[in-house]
Amino acid sequence: MIMSVHVQQDLFDLQSITQQLKKLHNSGASVSFEGYVRDFDLGNDKLEMLELEHYPGMTEKALLNIQSLAMNRWHLDDVYIVHRYGKLKVGEPIVGIVVFAKHRKEAFDACHFIIDFLKTDAPFWKKEITNHQSYWVDAKKIDDEEKNKWN
Amino acid sequence: MKIKLFYFAQVREIVGIDQEEIDVESDIKTLAELIAFLKLRGSQWQAIFDMSSSYRMAINQELAEASNKINANDEVAFFPPITGG
Repeated sequence: MIMSVHVQQDLFDLQSITQQLKKLHNSGASVSFEGYVRDFDLGNDKLEMLELEHYPGMTEKALLNIQSLAMNRWHLDDVYIVHRYGKLKVGEPIVGIVVFAKHRKEAFDACHFIIDFLKTDAPFWKKEITNHQSYWVDAKKIDDEEKNKWN
Repeated sequence: MKIKLFYFAQVREIVGIDQEEIDVESDIKTLAELIAFLKLRGSQWQAIFDMSSSYRMAINQELAEASNKINANDEVAFFPPITGG
């Protein structure tokens, strides 16, 4: 088992990461999640950049903790989590998760669990920078609700 | 006792600094008491702490509640609700 978390500014390639990890395990399934910077309708504003601030140290701790929670809850072969910070362009990946398991159900459930917990427990904050202004993204109540469903 | 304070995102912008070390009386034993002390610093501090929905806290890099105890040399952080992923 490799089990790693990565907090980085650089781009990542989740497909090649998945292919590399696959060679290390005799897994029956992998499920991955990838989140991207999305352009959206802001009227006359055009999203130019997403700036992600984080809490160095606590971020890694929080991701490792989420990973441990998932490993304790399901039988998993491996969990890989990568999350970027800094300035990100539209279309670029923000977060990547890959879960390997013997069976699909564990892999699906664990991947879903990890992104739900990451949304509320990993200290990242998004600032949207448009051609006219910049503002902090508000936290969504639904993110707390989705996480609480796992209790 | 000395405590390290860290601020992130909107909270950092409102207070105008990202970190500081403060020396507080040892009768400050919980996060709630630390917040009451910080609110005496002025209106921007009150603005942050008057709305419980607008901020979250961590002690030594773990999410914490207002009733949690603080000790000398702890690292305490204040920040808005998380918006990663």
